[in-house]
Amino acid sequence: MKNSEIWVAFYTIIVREIRRFTRIWPQTLLPPAITMSLYFAIFGNLIGDRIGEMGGFSYMQYIVPGLIMMSVITNSYSNVSSSFFSAKFQHSVQELLVSPTPNWVILLGYTLGGVARGLFVGLIVTILSLFFTHLALENLFLTILVVSLTAVMFSLGGFVNAIYARSFDDVSIVPTFILTPLTYLGGVFYSIDLLPDFWQSVSMLNPVLYMVNAFRYGILGVSDINVYWALVIVSVFIVVLFGFGLRLLNQGKGIRS
Amino acid sequence: MTYAIEISDLKKRYEGGFEALKGIDLKVEKGDFFALLGPNGAGKSTTIGVLCSLVNKTSGSVSIFGNDIDKDFAKAKKFLGVVPQEFNFNVFETVFNVVVTQAGFYGITRAVAEERAEKYLKQLDLWDKKDAQSRMLSGGMKRRLMIARALIHEPEVLILDEPTAGVDIELRRSMWEFIKKLNEQGTTIILTTHYLEEAEQLCRNIAIISAGEIVENTSVKALLKTLNQETFILDLDTSLPANWSLPGFNVVVSKDATTLEVEVVKGQSINVIFKALDDISINVVSMRNKSNRLEELFVKLIKG
Repeated sequence: MKNSEIWVAFYTIIVREIRRFTRIWPQTLLPPAITMSLYFAIFGNLIGDRIGEMGGFSYMQYIVPGLIMMSVITNSYSNVSSSFFSAKFQHSVQELLVSPTPNWVILLGYTLGGVARGLFVGLIVTILSLFFTHLALENLFLTILVVSLTAVMFSLGGFVNAIYARSFDDVSIVPTFILTPLTYLGGVFYSIDLLPDFWQSVSMLNPVLYMVNAFRYGILGVSDINVYWALVIVSVFIVVLFGFGLRLLNQGKGIRS
Repeated sequence: MTYAIEISDLKKRYEGGFEALKGIDLKVEKGDFFALLGPNGAGKSTTIGVLCSLVNKTSGSVSIFGNDIDKDFAKAKKFLGVVPQEFNFNVFETVFNVVVTQAGFYGITRAVAEERAEKYLKQLDLWDKKDAQSRMLSGGMKRRLMIARALIHEPEVLILDEPTAGVDIELRRSMWEFIKKLNEQGTTIILTTHYLEEAEQLCRNIAIISAGEIVENTSVKALLKTLNQETFILDLDTSLPANWSLPGFNVVVSKDATTLEVEVVKGQSINVIFKALDDISINVVSMRNKSNRLEELFVKLIKG
């Protein structure tokens, strides 16, 4: 394929992915808006006032970056896993497989579709948070970089999940049993300084902790970890997951006989 | 000579050990109307799956218009349009978007894709459904949608896997008229079907596959010439007299003696039957083959 044709194919996949999640907005965009508003109201306003300050900020301000990141992680992951698995399930993935679109374009297209939803939901949650508190923005570039890389990483994760999934249950197992615990224990609601030494060390093994803290650093200027480590870790995960996803596609794992 | 499709020593062994293709060789000429026939599980769909990259082959080579599917897959795929047996489009997309999106996967710009989508959806009587969700279409409409989608990049070869399965007679006829026109315009057609009369009427060349091997690959005409025996059914205007016989022919008379079933072996003349009936003043009202001629050969070759 010529470069211009590859671009058209790539653009087509992204547009189709965006059309999908905007068409079913009551399932994709509305639930995180409602859930996060409840978090802001209950944890931020009602309980947060009793907790007091954390990291030098009100509890509400402290948890907002974490909750934005939680939405981005969940939505970018589930967009790709559900979209690609549905395409497998109803065999419409064959439309792509019979076409000359290279596998790396398929992978990149689906990934950026997931990134689009993750960032769109992140923006909605950010706007909602402004009804409850005000947010300073310490480092705009770092904030955008971290949230974008995180969305890429979890979109790729969702893709790998969809490749291996054989039923809709398989698509929900990882978010329920791995992603949610990692996110909740990834410093969204608390600083790891509050934990005993042992649990602080265990927390350092959680990649989500790095992303949440790097994002919080971009907004509030406070972090439990070294931000540069966060960027290195996310970048390594992206490279590994992209390579792995591409290898699975080239092998035809779960999609070719 | 460059063939539209050239398959050489193609083998496919599935993970469980089942050998679906045992080294098949097949050549389809440009502009041909080619039938790939075989019983269920013979290897037809596996062969088509390999051609359109939905099945990974175990060994062998496949080229489409001289482009090896391993070495130059993008070029090879551009020559190919596929209408699969099962519906495989996104059922929540509109008819128009299903077709235009497929064009995008071939690198065709939106403006060109929209023009072509209009052309093919109109030709296939789907234009008034362009904004309907594809899941709302009837079975026949869904099949036509898959044909429009397969044609959107204007392929040189169109593969149709059981395209008329479950389609009513009127629609089947109009579908074949459309496909025949495409073939007349130069598109190579490869067809799998269970309706052997369709293959006999439409196709020039034929391959019969059984248990992963090609058991016959020739022209339909040449194949039909090998038929040694045909069974005709004759409807008569009057009952045959008791003890009537036709020397040299194997004859079965119906209970009411107004229908004759006669086996005619190669070299025998049907005129003899007419003359014998005429001698006893019985007229033949109608006459037909007991079964499709190709079907008789097909059964013989498969059992073979």
